[in-house]
Formats: sequence, structure tokens, C-alpha cells
Amino acid sequence: MSMQAAVSSPAHPSQSSAAARATELSKVYGEGETRVVALDSVSLEFERGRFTAIMGPSGSGKSTLMHCMAGLDSVSGGSARIGDTELSRLNDRQLTRLRRDHVGFVFQAFNLLPTLSALENITLPMSIAGRKPDPQWLDTVVETVGLAGRLDHRPAQLSGGQQQRVAVARALASRPEIIFADEPTGNLDSRAGGEILGFLRNSVRELGQTVVMVTHDPTAAAYADRVVFLADGRLVDELFTPTAESVLDRMRRAGAAGRTG
Amino acid sequence: MLRTALRNLFAHKARLIMTALAVMLGVAFVSGTLVFGDSVAQALRGASADNLKDVAVSVQAESEWESESDAAEDRSTALTGDLAEQVADVPGVTSVRPVVNGTATLAAKDGRPLNVDMSWQNLATNYVPDDGGRDSRYPLDTGRAPTGSDELLLERDTAEKAGYELGDTVRFATSGPALSGRLVGTVETDDPRVTAGGSLVLFDTDTAQQLLLQPDRFDELAVGSAPGTDNRQLANDVAEVLPDENVTAASGAELAKEQADEIVRSTGELTKVLMAFAGIALFVGIFLIANTFTMLVAQRSRETALLRAVGASRRQVVRAVLVEAGLLGLVASAAGFALGIGIATAMRPLLNMAGAGMPNGPLVISAGTLVWSLVVGVGVTVLAAWLPSRKAAKVAPVEALSSVDQAPPKRSMVLRNCLGGALTGVGVLVLLLVSTQEDGEDSNLLAAAFGSVLTLTGMIALAPLLSRPLVRLAGALTSRLFGVSGMLARENALRNPRRTAATASALMIGLTLITGMSVAGKSAQAALEDEAVRGLTAEYKVSNADFNGIEPALDAKVDDVPGVTATAPVTSSTLFAKDEFALITGADPERLERVADLEFTSGSLAAVGPGKVALSEEYAEKAGLSQGDTFRGEFADEDEKELTVAGVYESTRAVEDVLAPLDDVLPYSEGGRLDSLLVGTAPGADGLDQEIREALGNSPLLLVQDKEQLTKEEAGPIDLLLNMMYGLLGMAVVIGVLGVVNTLAMSVYERTREVGLLRAIGLDDRGVKQMVRLESVVISLFGAALGIGTGIFLAWSVGSLTSSSLATYETVLPWARLGLLLVLALTVGVLAAVWPARRAVRLNMLRSLNAQ
Repeated sequence: MSMQAAVSSPAHPSQSSAAARATELSKVYGEGETRVVALDSVSLEFERGRFTAIMGPSGSGKSTLMHCMAGLDSVSGGSARIGDTELSRLNDRQLTRLRRDHVGFVFQAFNLLPTLSALENITLPMSIAGRKPDPQWLDTVVETVGLAGRLDHRPAQLSGGQQQRVAVARALASRPEIIFADEPTGNLDSRAGGEILGFLRNSVRELGQTVVMVTHDPTAAAYADRVVFLADGRLVDELFTPTAESVLDRMRRAGAAGRTG
Repeated sequence: MLRTALRNLFAHKARLIMTALAVMLGVAFVSGTLVFGDSVAQALRGASADNLKDVAVSVQAESEWESESDAAEDRSTALTGDLAEQVADVPGVTSVRPVVNGTATLAAKDGRPLNVDMSWQNLATNYVPDDGGRDSRYPLDTGRAPTGSDELLLERDTAEKAGYELGDTVRFATSGPALSGRLVGTVETDDPRVTAGGSLVLFDTDTAQQLLLQPDRFDELAVGSAPGTDNRQLANDVAEVLPDENVTAASGAELAKEQADEIVRSTGELTKVLMAFAGIALFVGIFLIANTFTMLVAQRSRETALLRAVGASRRQVVRAVLVEAGLLGLVASAAGFALGIGIATAMRPLLNMAGAGMPNGPLVISAGTLVWSLVVGVGVTVLAAWLPSRKAAKVAPVEALSSVDQAPPKRSMVLRNCLGGALTGVGVLVLLLVSTQEDGEDSNLLAAAFGSVLTLTGMIALAPLLSRPLVRLAGALTSRLFGVSGMLARENALRNPRRTAATASALMIGLTLITGMSVAGKSAQAALEDEAVRGLTAEYKVSNADFNGIEPALDAKVDDVPGVTATAPVTSSTLFAKDEFALITGADPERLERVADLEFTSGSLAAVGPGKVALSEEYAEKAGLSQGDTFRGEFADEDEKELTVAGVYESTRAVEDVLAPLDDVLPYSEGGRLDSLLVGTAPGADGLDQEIREALGNSPLLLVQDKEQLTKEEAGPIDLLLNMMYGLLGMAVVIGVLGVVNTLAMSVYERTREVGLLRAIGLDDRGVKQMVRLESVVISLFGAALGIGTGIFLAWSVGSLTSSSLATYETVLPWARLGLLLVLALTVGVLAAVWPARRAVRLNMLRSLNAQ
């Protein structure tokens, strides 16, 4: 429980303004000749109550950054913090707890357990923790993502878009410190994708949630308050209040820079 | 396509391990049984051929009795020394070896009787020295030939078991009192009765005749002939000089063939029984194999679709799966065959420990055994993979192109449920009908077997349907106790009812049979234990291990033993009255009253006297007699007497159908001897058996049993039988357990991404392990519940068939044992999950999340 004291929920903001922070974060895979530097001393803050998109071409390290920040993967050097908690100091059990209680996830696909109903999936992290969900908050979340009436359905009875909405609801339901979304619209058509992105943005605007999203789609990134660009494991650029065009433009420039340099 | 099958086989070797193990164990059982059967038959055949090796023609005579009694010491035959000489004069006969056969039970050096429970295996015969003073049939190991009535030989192992050395005085009994002789040598023999745990004592011919037969009489003349003689013709020639048809001559070859046929028949029975258990094990294996291939086919549907898209025909897809199964079966069968040889080696000492008496001999591994093992193993595997292979062929080529995983369409189980319901229904009806029958006639037994098979098959078909409510029930408990991992376990177990059911069925079959056997066995045991001592207040029963009876005058000797308060000599004979055959017990009422407690429904024990008999309820009803009635009864030797019914008592094992005074029955009993002597003791006078034994001359054939031993004698063999059944059915259970491990390992593999997701959103290692473990426990308990339930029902319905032969039988549920089975299932569940659960937490979370 000491961790809960260290990492507070959005309702009780801690001293630090950043929900998560990377300081000279490095991640190296392999050794010797097969050594690959996925993250090369990245320093970055994810402000509380903001929607941040991480962009970059394949192999730029954007997913690795997300995995390290979310406590899904270990770091090789530097520090990754969620709130005031230094992730590299936590063991596997503590990391699991941290993810359960303070991090929300939306993955590209296969977000849900097929055996559980939509509602059971939404409350799963709290069930695992043995906590009762706050019914009022749960109603708010369910309403926000427009799932009322489908809560008894199994994932197989839901469309891809609805499944992702359930995933978003699950991420929101436990009021995590921060939500990490990994290409949440990658498997959806543009309309359903737009809905999901809208929910994520609303959760930031209206509910004060902090969201970090990895994407390679400029349109998706345009929903964010801020876009950070990664290339070859380094932070190369950032953009505030982006539009699809401005993101695309930056990507072209970054791509050109990558080719020439 | 062969290459595809081979590649698939090797690609999935880890996942096929359990399947291969199941096939291997089943085949090992088959080949072990075949090798064992062949080896035993060979050993027995070898022994009998050895025994008859020097016998060209054997002249044998039936036993006859000189006096009216048929006591052992009055036994005689028509074979005399004169006849032996006449036979020796027949042209072509080169030697005649006169043989005397009988039984003699030895006392070991420390005084305990040797192998008294199987006294028919305790052989006694004569030592027939040739011109060199040796008997080639029984080669001397140490010492010399016996001469005179106070010398004897023992077979080497017998002497060792009894602890005798040359020069020791050996105590033995042939029928009457204890005798003794000095051990002057030991011999070797390969007579299967002796090598299998019996004993052998040899005397010189005169002594043997005196002890076992009559002077100048023989049981057999073993005739030798010159090499090249037509022994069949010689047998005919010998038959010419024989006096009557009670004496027959047969060639040694004929006898050897007869014995060999008999041996093949008897070992064939044993092999058949073992084969039935091997069949059960293989049948259980089918579920495991089918489950494995169903899962493999499902996992590979994308590949299959690709194959189909590039032009493979349906038939080729089916064939690829079947070839894969066949190859797996072949490898596993070969391993199973090798393991079976090991089992066959271990089986003989195991069976002998249980008193089966299997002879020694080399292992016989025939080509037929190898072929059968492979055919059975490959056949079962291919058969089990057949349905899954059809499923593979139904994969449409277009599925290769679809980017999203589609949930496999749920096939309707209406047909299966209807079929299962019908089978179970008919089976249960047949069994309910059987439960109203009261005797074990063939038709009833057949109906019982038919009903049992139908019910069990129906239950297997219904298992998926039953899995929903039962797994939910078990899951409710696990959810309450273990929270979210319990709930996930329940949902996982419910996810694929067919798979859960097939896994549970594999366990169910073994447990049904074990439960059925346990309930029936324990019920019979309880009934027998009850019967054995019901109505008996005596502390000891003295009888003859050889069933030859005891001397009537012995009671006085026992009366003198301190602590003995009462003795009642008891004898028996037969009585024919009112068209009903009955056994009659002779005992004096006033003496019987002190050692037995008969419940009279009418009349009294005191009213029994000369010409006045008491009847058991059962017999009174059959004969239509009641107290005061007078009837004519025909005793042995056709003596008719007028008898009056003095009373009717509740049937009990202590006395037979009819009770009459001792003097009324003794003249008609076998050899005018007592069956037994019932001995009552003063309270607290324990351990008098040795004193009683001493008082009666300490004959090794004397059986002095206390109540506990009497009970054990009646009911003991059931425990032995049950333990053997458990051992044999254990294999089926082990394969069932492998099935659980298999299903879980495959499920964990299939749900890699789910496990990754669960861990990402915060389920820790303990929770993941618990989820897998609880799923395993739920499946195992489901199988156990089905098996135990079905087993109890089968045992109950068939149990009524014993009521004609075992009146006190009623179904007794051995709760402790059934509880143990449940605990076993629980343990199986936990243990089966160890490896799959470890695999689940070892999965790399990030890779799992991205797995396709």
C-alpha cells in the first residue's frame, strides 16, 4: 500500500505536475553483434490531464518507449517514473500491482477476454485487485463510451469498434494515473477509429484523464494535445495542438532528415 | 503431403508428448500382457513336457475306497505290483516306473504350517531309484535316497523355505495326526505346482504307499520305451493287459498335448482379462488423442486454408492429419512395446506376491506380439484422429485470406445430446430392471453388462451437456474462494464443453470402474464378514486344512486346555427331503448353545433331539415345513428316517440348513469325522490357539482360527482382488491424468494472448498459476463426480444379483474410499496443472500480447 501513497490518483494530484516522466531512458536489446539500441537516452514528460501522441516510423522505438513507461518492459538505463514512483526500483510483483492500480491499457487488438461479458471485462482490473468499482463512476464511463445496453454481451457478439470501446471503458474504469494506448485504432475502419479517439480525447477534456497513445496515423495523432516524434530511439521533434496536416508535414521533414542524415 | 505431416509432427513434438505417452502406456499394457501370457504358457508347457519327457506311456487308475467311508487313508487304486510286472512284460516296454501321488503338508522348523492355505499344492510322492540308486525324475541336489519309513527327501526350495537341513526331523501330516521323518536329502523339480509356491516331499515307495495309498498299490505306471517306438501303438498294447476301464493307458505325447491345451486355455483366460484392462486404458487414450488432434487442427486452420488455397484437395488434408497421427502412433507404439517387455518382467513377481503362483521361465517375445502392439497403437491413434481430420478438411481456402481471427462456428450438440440421452436412458432402464433380479444367471449378467456399457457410453456423450451445470457449481465455489482467478478458471472450463467433457470423460471411465468395483467389493466384503461369524459365540474354530475332517474324540483334549470353557464338535452331511437337497449339521444342542447363538423364530434349540431337527428359515420356506411338521428325510447311503421339525432358526453360517444331534449325523459324515470343533473360552483368555494346537498333537494340517481369521478367510480375498483391480485400472487413470495435463498445456498455449493481457492489466504470477490450477481442479472434479456417481449407480443396480447367493448383501458405500477418490481427483487436478501453470507464467508478456 505504500505505493498507493506514492502514486496518487488524478483526483488527488501529487506535487509533481507530470503524470509520467522519462529521464535519459535507454533500452538495449541483445549483446555484442546483435546489440540493438531501441531507446537512446530519451527524456520526456507526460503532463497530467493531457493527451500525448507518440509517433515515429517502424523501429523508431515508440512502442518500446510506451512499454517501458507502462512497466511492461524493463529499462536498461535512466529512469522511468509514473507519478513519483521510479519503475526501475520495482520488482515484478510491484510492477504488476502498479499496472493493476495505476495504469490503464488499450491495445491494438485482443483487448478483451472472450469468456467474460463486456461489463466483466471493464471491471476486470478491479476484480483482480479485489476492489468494488465505484458504481457512479462506472455509469459515467459506460455512458461516455456509449456501451449501455451491451454490457452483457460477450466480445464475440460485439463489433471491432465496440470491442475497443469496452477496452477504453476498462482503462478508464479504475481511474488510473495514466492510460497507455498502443495503436488503439489500428484494426478499425476510420469511422469506428474516430469514435475511439473521440472518447480518449473526451476522457482527457472532461474527466481529466492523462492519455499517452502510440500511433503511426497522422489523423489519429491530430486528436492529441501534443505529438512527440521518435526516430532511431531518440526524441527528434514535438508539436502542440496538432492537425493531421501539420503532423504529416513534420513526418515528411523527419523522414527526409532521416534519409539525408 | 508426407513431408508436411512429418514437419508438423516435429514442429509440435512438445505438444504431442502427452498423446505419445498415452499411446505408449496403452500399448505397453497390451504388449506386456501378450509377452507375459506367452512366457507363462511357455514355462508351463515346458514344465509339463519335462515332466512327461521320459514317459512313453502312462497307465493311470482312478481312486477307489475300500470301506464305505471316503477318508483319505482308505484310498486305493486298481494298480498293483503284479499289474506293473504284467505291463513290464508287454513287448516294447523297457521300463516301468510305479508312482504314488498324494499331498502332505509340512510344518516348518519353527512349527508353523507351510502353505497350509493351498494344501493341494503340497505334493507328496515316492522316490524311485534306478539301478544306480538315483531317480532321474527328481535329481538329487544333496544327500541320498530315502530308505525306510523314517526317512524322507524334500525339494530344495521347500527345505529352504521350511528351514530344514540334512539330518533334521521333518514334521508333516498327510491326513491324520502329525508324523515325522528324518531329512536325508534334497531334490530338484520343475513341477509348476511346486515352483509356484507349493512344496514336495518324497518317501521310498513302501512308505509312500503306506502313507498316501495302500500297500502294493500305485496311482500311475510311467512306462518307458526304446527310442523310435510307436508310443501310440504301445499304449494300445499296454491297454490289452489292463483289467478294467477304471485303468487307462495313454501315450506321453497325448498327455503332454492334453496338458498343453489345458495350459493354453487357462493362461488364455488370464490374458483375456488383462487384455480387457489394456483395452480400457487404450479407450481412455482415445479421448486424449482426439482432443490433441482437434486442438492441433484448430490451431492450424490458417495453414490448412493456405494449403487448400494453393491446391491441396480435401482428401490430401485429411490424409496429412492421419499420416501425422499414424507416425505418432508408430513411434509411441514402438516405445510402448519396449516398455511392455519391462512390464511383463515385473508382472510375474507381482502376481506371485499376490499368491498367483506363476512358474519361472524366460520371456517369450513373439513377432505376433510386436505386430499386434504396433497395429493396436497405430490403429487407435489413427482412429482417434479421424474425426479431427474431417474437421481439418472442412476449412475453406478463403480463411487463409481473412485478417481477423474468427471464432470457430459453434456446432450444434443437439444430435449428441439426444443420442446420449437415449443411450443413458435405455442403459439406466436396463439396469433398473436388473436391480429387481435376484440371481446371477447368465441372462441377468449379460443384461447388467449391456446396461452398464450403454449407461457409460451415454454419460460420455452427455458429458458436454452436464459440464455446464456441474462446472458452474464447482466454479461458484472456486470463485467464492479464489476470487477473480476462480471465476476465470470457471469460464475457461466452460469455454469449450466438448474439450472439457472429453478430458473429464477420460478420468471418468477409470473412476467409474474403480468406484463400481469398490462399492461392490466392499458391500460383498461387509456381507461376508457379517455372515462368517454371525451366530457364532465361539472364540476358535478347529478344522482340517485339507478338508479331511478331524477325529471325533479330540474335543476332550481341547477341554483340558486352561481357559477353554466349552467345546462343541460339529459335523455335516447331506439330507434329501421334500424334493429339496439340504446340508445338515450335526451338533449336540446343549454343547452348541454355549458356542453359538441361534435366533429361533419358532421352537427352540433345546427341543432338538434324536429324530427332532431344527430348520433354517430359508430351507423351511423352500421345503414348506414349519414347527411340529413331520417329514421323511433321506440321509447319505439312502437311509430314510422320520424327522420332526423342532424349531426354525434364522439362517446363519454357523450351522447349515438343518440341525440335528451329533449322533444322528456322524454316521453319514465323510469318514465318520468331524467338520470342526467350536471352542469357547473364558473372557480375557486370549491367544489360546497355540495351546489348542499343542493339545491336539500340533499337526501342520490342523487349522485353529479365531474369529478374526475366520472373517479374514471369508472376506480377505476381496481386498486382494480389489487391490489388483486398482492396479490394473490405475493405468486408465494415469492416462486420464495425462489427458488433463495435455488439455491444460494446449489451452495455455491457445490462450497465450489472454494470459499476456491479464498480466498486463495486473494479474500477478500467483493469480495466473491459480487460474490454470483451478481450471484443472474443476475439470478433474467434474470427471470424478461423473465417475463416482455412475460407478455407485452401476454397483447398486448390479448388486442385487448377489442376493440369491449372499443373503446379507446390501449396497454399502465405502465413504472413506469414495472420499479418497475425490481427494485423489483434487490432487490430480493440482498436480496436472503444475507444468501448464509454470508455462503460463513463463510466457513473455510482450510477445504474448503480440502473438497471432
